[in-house]
Parts: sequence; C-alpha cells; structure tokens
Amino acid sequence: MRPLTYSRAADVQDAIALATANPASAFLAGGTTEVDLIRAGISRSEHLVDINELPLRGVEDLPDGGLHIGALARMSDVARTPRVVERYPAISRALLLGASEQLRNMASMGGNLRQRTRCAYLRDGVSPCNKREPGSGCAALDGFNRGHAILGTSEHCIATHPSDVAVALVAFDAVIRTVGPEGERAIPFDDFFLLPGDTPQLEHPIAPGELIVGIDVPGAPIARGSVYLKFRDRQSYEFALVSVAAAIEVDDNVVAGVRIAMGGIGTKPWRARRAETALVGSPPNETSFRHAAAVELAEAVVREHNAFKVELAQRAMVRGLVHSLNGRQS
Amino acid sequence: MPLQINGRQHVVVLEPRVSLLDALREHLDLTGSKKGCDQGTCGSCTVWIDGRRVLACLTLAVAASGHEIVTIEGLADGDQLHPMQRAFIEYDAFQCGYCTSGQIMSAIKVIEEGNAGTDEDIGEFMSGNICRCAAYPNIRAAIRHVRDEAGGRS
Ligand SMILES: Cc1cc2nc3c(=O)[nH]c(=O)nc-3n(C[C@H](O)[C@H](O)[C@H](O)COP(=O)(O)OP(=O)(O)OC[C@H]3O[C@@H](n4cnc5c(N)ncnc54)[C@H](O)[C@@H]3O)c2cc1C
Ligand code: SF4
Ligand code: FES
Ligand code: FES
Repeated sequence: MRPLTYSRAADVQDAIALATANPASAFLAGGTTEVDLIRAGISRSEHLVDINELPLRGVEDLPDGGLHIGALARMSDVARTPRVVERYPAISRALLLGASEQLRNMASMGGNLRQRTRCAYLRDGVSPCNKREPGSGCAALDGFNRGHAILGTSEHCIATHPSDVAVALVAFDAVIRTVGPEGERAIPFDDFFLLPGDTPQLEHPIAPGELIVGIDVPGAPIARGSVYLKFRDRQSYEFALVSVAAAIEVDDNVVAGVRIAMGGIGTKPWRARRAETALVGSPPNETSFRHAAAVELAEAVVREHNAFKVELAQRAMVRGLVHSLNGRQS
Repeated sequence: MPLQINGRQHVVVLEPRVSLLDALREHLDLTGSKKGCDQGTCGSCTVWIDGRRVLACLTLAVAASGHEIVTIEGLADGDQLHPMQRAFIEYDAFQCGYCTSGQIMSAIKVIEEGNAGTDEDIGEFMSGNICRCAAYPNIRAAIRHVRDEAGGRS
C-alpha cells in the first residue's frame, strides 16, 4: 500500500503551493472518484490536498447573461439553482440524471470533469490497459466492450468519458478556468478533454498543481429550450449507454441555430459539430434530424459488443432534437 | 483528530486513508452504518454530514473532522424511536435489514429535500439505496406515511 498524507488548503494559492510541493499529490474535493481509486489501488496519489474550504461553491451571473459555476459547487446544488434551471435546463437535467442524491451531495463540478472512465479493465488493476500502464495494451479492444466508445477512439484506448454534465457543458461552449503555478488560464471545454491517440494516459492539458476554480457558461438564449436525455440499462442510477444534450432554434421554418452533444459514445464529451452544420438551414423535421445524425455517426468505429450504439445514438439525437423543438424535457 | 458524531465529540488517531465508515465501525463501535460495496454504489453506509446525506465509505474520516456527523445511532431520542424508524417497523420495510439504516438515513432526507412528492420521485431519489431483498414497496409505504404525517402536523 502506498503511503498517503493529507493537508487542508486555506486558500487558492495555498492549495497550489501544497500540491506543487509534492509531485504525487491530488486535490480532494468530494472524493467520490479519488477515494474510490485510491482504495482500488489505481490512483497513484500519495498526498491529498483537501480543497473544500476554498470559497469556490457559488453560481454567479456573467455580464453576457451566462453563469460562472464554482469548481466546488456540488452537483445537487447546481442542479437546483434557479438560474441554471431557467437558462440551461440541460445542465440541471444532466446533473439530476447522474449518480445518486448522496453522491450528488458530495461530488463537485470540478471533480466531475476529472472523473476517470468506468472501463472495468482500467479498474481491475491487472488487465492490459494503456491508461493505467502505458504500453501494456488494451483489454477492451477484444474484451467486453458494450459500454465503450465508438467515436474518437484509437487502437490504444476506446474508453468512454462517463460524465453526464460535461455533455451539456460542451454543447454550450463552456470554458474551464484554472489557476496554477504559472498563473490563470481559460481552457475551452472541448480542449480540456484529450483524445486518446497513442497517449491515452494523458487525459487533460492540465499541469501538476493546476486547480480548476470554476466553469464559465456563456450566455446562450437557445439553451433555455435545451434538453438532456439519458439512455441506460437501468431506469436510474446508472451510467449512460448513450445520452444527448440538444437545443434547437427555428426561424421562418428553417433551423436557425442548434447545439448537440452526446455522451456514452465518445472518448470525450462529444460535441456533434458535423450534425449541427448539416442541420442549420434545413427544415426542422425528422428527416433532417435523421440525416444529421447519420452524418455525425458516419465515422463510428465499432467493436464486437457496442455496434448497437450507432443506431441508438442516432435515435437519441433525433429524439433530443424533437423534444427540444416541442419544448418537452423527457 | 476530533470527530463530532451524534452531538458528541470523539477523538481518534487514524491514518488519512481510513474512511469515515471504517472509523465509525471499527474505531468508534458505531456499527449501525453498514458496509455493502465500499465503492459508492449501494447506499448502506449513508450518514449525514452538516445535514446532508452522503456516503461514509467514500468520505475520508480526516476530511469529515470539523463537520457535524449524524449516524443511525443518533436518530432516536432516548427510548423514543424516530418517526421514520417507527414507520419502517410498522410497514415491514425490511427483510434481512442490512440496507435498512442507510434506507432510513436517506428516507428522512428525501422528505426534507422535498423529493418525496410522488412514488416516482421517491423511487428516483431513493435510487442510491439498493435493497437486495427488494423491500422497495414497503419502504415507499413507510416514506409516504411519514411524509403525510409530517404534512398533517405542520
Ligand atoms: C457509484 C457512482 C455512480 C456515478 N454515476 C455517475 C453518473 O451517472 N454520471 C456522472 O456524471 N457521474 C457519475 N459518477 C461520478 C461522480 O459524478 C464523480 O465521481 C464526481 O463528480 C467527482 O467529483 P468529486 O468532487 O467527488 O471529485 P474527487 O473525487 O474529489 O476528485 C476527482 C479528481 O479530480 C481532481 N479534482 C477535484 N477537484 C479539482 C479541482 N477543483 N481542480 C483540479 N482537479 C480537481 C482530483 O484531484 C481527482 O483526481 C458516479 C460516481 C460513483 C461513485
Ligand atoms: S479502453 Fe482504455 S481504459 Fe479501458 S482497458 Fe483499454 S486502454 Fe484501458
Ligand atoms: S458501502 Fe458505501 S455505498 Fe456501499
Ligand atoms: S432488507 Fe435485505 S437488503 Fe434491504
């Protein structure tokens, strides 16, 4: 067993200093990922910097009508914040459809974005897994890969990013704000999640000791009609097989604006930009929606057990768009 | 480290890796909170920290120091069981009883949070508490009973 030490940070600078002092340190927010992975022997952390006393729990207005969500805001609190529910219903739904209320009370927004994949081969600690042991191979390629990704994969890793709320956030062009030893940064959401390529062990462009302080969600009137739908094996309390965040705006009987992102099918929260491009200017009907979904999924790479996701993802996208068009959440 | 549990201060010496659940069960003789999965999936370790329901298995004891912890042992008022405890008995809301303390700790909060309006809501917001014996219908009945009683009183 690795040694483990613990300290509590008093403020942001203190947190960064404490984390930078020990290269094997990790921040501790809700602990729902970190404690689990330490116990499973997967996390290499030897020092935990508890950041729960930092004043990063608020949700505040941005001048453009958007919202700043503090990194330590809890999933359950953000889901019920009236400004989130009104301006970004898909964010609220995605949060409520994730995990359980106990976990949502613990889990922070910053931690949610850095949660690890639920790939069973990563977590078992023994199977070949390039994320855990770079160069060891990927047991999922020819293993039980029903839950694995079909977009953004490589021959080195096909793990899905499991977050629900990240799917809604990428649809609205959120920006991740960090403070690190080198100062402040603003990282566009899509850039925060790296494709596996031939370095699946690298998941985020974030330096040791760099702290996420919050998430900016730009103002977007279209998001007021957004929906989040999650398709899974059990009714509730289960990760998504496929999920979709969608928002559509129609003007003069053509699609004037559209936002689509998908969960459960990509190695990162998947913004469906091809589908969006295909839709703008088309009539808002199921034929156009189906066409757009087919365009997005055209490059899917399937494995033995996850081929069903290609069709499920297309139906999910169509249903998400129809629901947003009709103003229905579920 | 000091731990504030059920209104009493305890002082324990623990490694940082020890979970709050192990601290309660193995160091403080508070064995009412159960260990089902130890990975956040079953809810049998549900306790309250600063008034919110959370999972003791994914909470480090050291991180809970300085916060107010309530466990199933802290619910009864002397010999008087909490109304939810009484309702679980009255409605036969358990078989083996392994999940029960976690169910009760969640059930009280599900009403307080306002998430017990319909059976569907109860099902959704109790979904983090798994019952292997599938006592769900009776658990829901107990929650409805306490909800309606509480509503009637206030
Ligand atoms: C049983 C179970 C079911 C779940 N189901 C779902 C689900 O359906 N949908 C879903 O979206 N999620 C689900 N989750 C995942 C859960 O949402 C995440 O574990 C949680 O959001 C992580 O947040 P945390 O605050 O607990 O993070 P922690 O465990 O404290 O931290 C996670 C990681 O992020 C780092 N970190 C934390 N905060 C910061 C910060 N501010 N800056 C930089 N790094 C930071 C930590 O160092 C650590 O590496 C589930 C988890 C469990 C255990
Ligand atoms: S899919 Fe990725 S995480 Fe899973 S075994 Fe392969 S390399 Fe590891
Ligand atoms: S023991 Fe904590 S959730 Fe199962
Ligand atoms: S009563 Fe046996 S697990 Fe719930």
